[in-house]
Amino acid sequence: MTTHITPVKNYVFVFLGLIALTVTTIEVASFDLGVFNFVVAITIAIIKASLVVWFFMHLNQSTSLTRLFAAAGLFWLAILLFFTLSDYLSRTWLPGSRWP
Amino acid sequence: MSDTDITVPEHIPELKHHFDDSSQQLDSSTLGMWVFLLTEIMFFGGMFGAYTIYRNLYPAAFESASRFMSVPLGGTNTAVLILSSLTMAIAVRSAKIGSKKLLIMFLIFTLVLGLTFLGIKYVEYHEKWVDHHIPGPGFRYDEPQYFHQAQILFFLYFAMTGMHAIHMIVGVGLLTTLIVMASRNRFGSEWNTPVDMIGLYWHFVDIIWIFLFPLLYLIRK
Repeated sequence: MTTHITPVKNYVFVFLGLIALTVTTIEVASFDLGVFNFVVAITIAIIKASLVVWFFMHLNQSTSLTRLFAAAGLFWLAILLFFTLSDYLSRTWLPGSRWP
Repeated sequence: MSDTDITVPEHIPELKHHFDDSSQQLDSSTLGMWVFLLTEIMFFGGMFGAYTIYRNLYPAAFESASRFMSVPLGGTNTAVLILSSLTMAIAVRSAKIGSKKLLIMFLIFTLVLGLTFLGIKYVEYHEKWVDHHIPGPGFRYDEPQYFHQAQILFFLYFAMTGMHAIHMIVGVGLLTTLIVMASRNRFGSEWNTPVDMIGLYWHFVDIIWIFLFPLLYLIRK
């Protein structure tokens, strides 16, 4: 892997994108969109995190092994959240549930 | 055959003998740093999991308690942290092109922005203290039906932002170390792995905040 020097301009563009997304997420929060408030907020956060990981943390220049490890982290986090929610969200589906 | 016939590809003292070359050593360091960051993802993931459960159980109380999170302060801190990620990325780039002056300058910018973040965080914590919004015996709340449930959000707020702030304090210490090392000419264009690795750490802490901000401050305004 040769060391690749990214122009400062690229970093500044990523920064401006992150700031624009931050302003967007604050503005959207002032509208009542019901459940979509959460969906929009978390989508914007995931886009921002992806920009940071891809450009600032240089995953765009990393070895495939490093990318695989980063993906594994997300996969295990997804297991944690998915199986937690599959329990808590389904508790009220059966009649006679005492869970709120 | 004289000794001069033996070709040694690189002579930099930081290259350990068990690696083939500098790029293999850097790849190993990067992979090791990512493994550490994965443990950090799972560490924070537990708290995000707890948040998910309780927000799902008590959505109304979370909306109510989120009123007391200051969006101007939290938003400013988000911008401060994103700017510090930019200065950190430029510091890493400065190290790679071998500019000691730019490296030290941008490390100091990053350090100052990190301290600014912690200063604003202190103002927010102080606000919570004055308003009796710290969970425990002194807790007071204007909507009595949410007295217990709102404490859960404030508890999660202090646990998650507090753990994030501890990571920021560690980052400030690491940046200080880097500035001292850089001023002692430890880094050059051929070897600057610590700057690179601490850069990864700093960006990771930024990502945690990117998720904390909408989840704690922007539930409903």
